[in-house]
Amino acid sequence: MWEYSDKVREHFFNPRNSGPLDGANAVGDVGSIQCGDALRLMLKVDPQSGVIEDAHFQTFGCGSAIASSSALTEIIKGMTVDQALTVSNQDIADYLDGLPPEKMHCSVMGREALQAAVANYRGETWSDEHEEGALVCKCFAVDAVLIEDVIKANNLNTVEEVTFYTKAGGGCTACHEGVEEILAKVKAARAGPGEVSPPPACPATPAAPRPPAARMPLVQKIRRIEEVLEAVRPMLQRDHGDVELADVQGRKIYVHLKGACAGCMMEAATLGGIQQKMIEALGELVQVLPAALMPAEA
Amino acid sequence: MDLTPIYLDNNATTRVDPAVVAAMLPFFTEHFGNASSIHAFGASVGRALKQARGQVQALLGAEHDSEIIFTSCGTEADSTAILSALKAQPERNTVITTAVEHPAILSLCEWLEKEGYVVHKLRVDRKGQLDLDEYRALLHDRVAIVSAMWANNETGTLFPVEEMAEIAAARGIMFHTDAVQALGKVPVDLKRTKIDMLSLSGHKLHAPKGIGALYLRRGCRFRPLLRGGHQERGRRAGTENSAAIVGLGKACELAQAQLATGNSVVRRLRDKLEAGILARVGHAFPTGDVGNRLPNTCNIAFEYIEGEAILLLLNKLGIAASSGSACTSGSLEPSHVMRAMGIPYTAAHGTIRFSLSRDTSEAEVDRVIAAVPPIVERLRNLSPYWNGQGPATPEQPFAPSYA
Ligand SMILES: Cc1ncc(COP(=O)(O)O)c(C=O)c1O
Repeated sequence: MWEYSDKVREHFFNPRNSGPLDGANAVGDVGSIQCGDALRLMLKVDPQSGVIEDAHFQTFGCGSAIASSSALTEIIKGMTVDQALTVSNQDIADYLDGLPPEKMHCSVMGREALQAAVANYRGETWSDEHEEGALVCKCFAVDAVLIEDVIKANNLNTVEEVTFYTKAGGGCTACHEGVEEILAKVKAARAGPGEVSPPPACPATPAAPRPPAARMPLVQKIRRIEEVLEAVRPMLQRDHGDVELADVQGRKIYVHLKGACAGCMMEAATLGGIQQKMIEALGELVQVLPAALMPAEA
Repeated sequence: MDLTPIYLDNNATTRVDPAVVAAMLPFFTEHFGNASSIHAFGASVGRALKQARGQVQALLGAEHDSEIIFTSCGTEADSTAILSALKAQPERNTVITTAVEHPAILSLCEWLEKEGYVVHKLRVDRKGQLDLDEYRALLHDRVAIVSAMWANNETGTLFPVEEMAEIAAARGIMFHTDAVQALGKVPVDLKRTKIDMLSLSGHKLHAPKGIGALYLRRGCRFRPLLRGGHQERGRRAGTENSAAIVGLGKACELAQAQLATGNSVVRRLRDKLEAGILARVGHAFPTGDVGNRLPNTCNIAFEYIEGEAILLLLNKLGIAASSGSACTSGSLEPSHVMRAMGIPYTAAHGTIRFSLSRDTSEAEVDRVIAAVPPIVERLRNLSPYWNGQGPATPEQPFAPSYA
């Protein structure tokens, strides 16, 4: 088991500010269930002063993910939004008297959630800015911009360290070369011209099969969705019903329920069952909704 | 509150039985000799090793005691078996194994692939079972060895290794099984099978860590891993770890006497534990082939929460178990066994293995049944994927801006 500091243990066993926050006007969601950790940060910001009056979190993840989330909410309460943005992942780790190196990515997730929440508060879309970087680690969906930022902020030197902080390279290892290139670039900048040192050889990481890529091309996604519908159709037809795909909008999948299924008492249960199958088939959290709920303008 | 430690991680390792400790102690003190020596100091040790070999032979149902080769651990036995098969049959370059083996086999096979050998890993279905037709179709003249575990360490799922060995034998192919988890928990009678090699490890059956053995059927071609002295008939050089070997022998004798207990008492407690937890916790399911598994193991997937967090909270109550979650393994991926079975990610990160032993009591099981539901509820209340009574609903989904 990990050697967690007393502070980490304390924040894990007695998390502060957990659960939904009524009246939140800034929400930042990061992570995913495939990756093994995810965090929703909710803030109540005073629009006049920009002060964060309250901060809550909900976290799926290990002990240090929960402790990092708890610490983050404590750190930023009372700060202005601008002050909060200066909080680094190292500040979160320091607040907890340190995290094991393998767990530093938990503190990075905290900082990302903070950026996402502030962007949400300001009406910006943080994800767009984030997507500017080329995807380097396909297993954990980590892009070049994030890797470079984290290397700079934490003075990292090896691929192994980058994996500990961002998870990049922790899956199939195919991106190790890409990570090394970013390391070399940052180090060259650090060293100043003329002093370029090659990145040290990375330690052998056990190769793991590749998990489903985090972002699936739309065509492939729709094909999978159709496959799931195909699989449930016979069941519905037995009850003289049917189902048809109406539209896919991001994580919302709209379907027409037909015949006996439409409007029947079991409609919600049927959609729930289909949704569960979709989540499994797509490897991401999606909603399956009746076509009637489709936004009119879309 | 009762916080007396409860140990439900016996597939990781077991407590050394006091009778085993007692049998070992004289071999650190008065019987410290080297079994190879001519004098009396050596002779008494030599006799003890012979007795231990007989005890291991009896538990395995091996025809000859010379078929037992003591090794330093289960991992060494696994490596010896596979490397021996490849070295002894240079005209054969292929290893067939399964996707759910212990790293003692899988890491070795990955390295062999880099060395130019061909490795084929049999897939498993949702219950963790093999498709024997796929297996049959893969056997050909260049297969040096088939290696399939008798029982899976994470789920306890049993593979039909006796049948698989028959199939391999009919094609003239060597068959090895990693029985580290199975031995002492299911009946084994090797002389009635076509299994050529079998690995076992002491610390999984109440003997100490750092002792194992390889069963090698008489007549099976062999090349040693360690060369040096003539110990173990030249098949494994190195002065014998006599105290540990004596301990392993004693542990095998005890395991044989307790086999029936494991299949009745321990099985009943395991079933009670599993049913008790599943009756109280929704969105949880047992993994593996529940109708065909070790009597001491249950592995439950708790959806929408993460295994390490569960273990930390259990540990606070004195309860020791283990998890296939990424965080506990030190890797970033959930266990390869769960992924091979296609357990969805919503559950794979939250798998917990409870493994009992003959030391487990009913009162302990009752305490665990009472402890688990509040822990799961507490973590689900923290999880953004959970909303009150169930997974996050369409009205309030959790959809991060990027994944
Ligand atoms: C199935 C299996 N094989 C091999 C081993 C390795 O045994 P040892 O720890 O004695 O090397 C273990 C135990 O960790 C195991 O569970």
